[in-house]
Amino acid sequence: MVQFINVTQKLLEGFSSSLFLFILTLLLALPLGLLVSFCTMSKFAPLRVVMKLLVWVLRGTPLMLQIFVIFYVPGLVFGFQWPTVQTGWAWFDSTFSTRFIAALVAFVINYAAYFSEIYRGGIQSVPKGQTEAGQVLGMTKGQIFYKVVLLQVVKRIIPPMSNEIITLVKDTSLANVIAVTELMFMAQKQLLNGLIWPLFYAGAFYLVFSGLITVLLSHVEKKLGYFKV
Amino acid sequence: MAFLEVRDLRKSFNGTEVLKNVSFDLEKGKVLAVIGSSGNGKTTLLRCLNNLETADGGTVRVDGETVFPAEKTKEKTRAQTGLTFTLVFQNFQLFPQYTAERNVSLAADLNALSALKKEKLPFSQRKKRKMQIKEENAAAARTLLEKVGLSEKYGAYPCELSGGQQQRVAIARALALKPEILCFDEPTSALDPRLTGEISALICELKKEGRTMIVVTHEMEFARSVADEILFLHEGRAEESGSAAEAFAHPKSENFRAFVEGGKNK
Repeated sequence: MVQFINVTQKLLEGFSSSLFLFILTLLLALPLGLLVSFCTMSKFAPLRVVMKLLVWVLRGTPLMLQIFVIFYVPGLVFGFQWPTVQTGWAWFDSTFSTRFIAALVAFVINYAAYFSEIYRGGIQSVPKGQTEAGQVLGMTKGQIFYKVVLLQVVKRIIPPMSNEIITLVKDTSLANVIAVTELMFMAQKQLLNGLIWPLFYAGAFYLVFSGLITVLLSHVEKKLGYFKV
Repeated sequence: MAFLEVRDLRKSFNGTEVLKNVSFDLEKGKVLAVIGSSGNGKTTLLRCLNNLETADGGTVRVDGETVFPAEKTKEKTRAQTGLTFTLVFQNFQLFPQYTAERNVSLAADLNALSALKKEKLPFSQRKKRKMQIKEENAAAARTLLEKVGLSEKYGAYPCELSGGQQQRVAIARALALKPEILCFDEPTSALDPRLTGEISALICELKKEGRTMIVVTHEMEFARSVADEILFLHEGRAEESGSAAEAFAHPKSENFRAFVEGGKNK
């Protein structure tokens, strides 16, 4: 029993790290992805081509490789140190370590690339007539995007976004490869004490969390069910 | 000088000339029917007038003022006084996420609110004005919906309305912006015959109010009964234009005669 409480505490510690990685990745990658999608749809050919190549590379190579590259290459090749924040507050400093920041950057860039393609699909599936209707009613480009197109895009992209977001829940475990003290890292550590069950216990954490996300997103989907696109 | 003067309007897509020097006049309060078989430039003409396409050449003057080619400064003064042209689409293009009432009031709200932003009022006053504007536009929207016969449907979403009802909302939405010239792009071709009658009747009513309208249509009956003027486009050329009664009685162009008689034989 004492052992169970002990392991639970360790896994919760790891889970808090995973959770922050998850939330911060979403908060940063969702807007960044929109920006990237605008670039890949740009009329300015050089920008479009460069961004499409970038998206190709980010989607075409393993996230694990990208994490390695972002963590090691700046230091090894350019002598650049990932910044550390030292607040003196032990929990904060250990959660938001250099490793964590590097993993976060890799996740944000990788997920922004995936999200950008989802946004692009969503934006391009809104009929051109909707934009034109806005135009002949004298709306500006910004008004057309925010007031007419955006909500239709959101409705269309929720199913593919849900997929991607649930994948992200589990992908946070990849931060393990640069020893970020996330959930899988903590569970794996228990193996050294000869304990196997914490691995399954960690699995339950992911399962419950992705279950919650699923419920939340299907709720949003239902909320937007009042109109058809 | 006519209210609307279109001179030598030209437009080509990838080397294919769709409009070849189309010219016509329209007096205020009159209805122009643009007819011709598909692919002869009717829709392109409307799209050029509504700035959805930029014509390659020619001029458009409304009330003595050149609206095309647009001069930057003039565009602004026009925007302040309301829209010159607006367009009702063949397939309605209502905004699916808004109720009928919001579809009608949205653009008017946005115009008024961006004008309000420039006034730089103190926050509390601005909030009050905002509420006021929204209420006014919502009330105006309800009046318009009532006028097009949808008084029961203020709160309905487009997916809950029939095609004819959707097209009536679309007409109310266009009217909300008080355009000087209202354009219809085959407003009835996505509707069944009974609903076609509804929309035709509504356009007749708008004519009685003295609205200036341009209607692209396949309905010869409608063109005969409602239009004051006609414009027959054949391969991008205006082959027949002028008074509708005159044109139908004594067609000058062979193609137009064939087109009208072809319709009769069916």
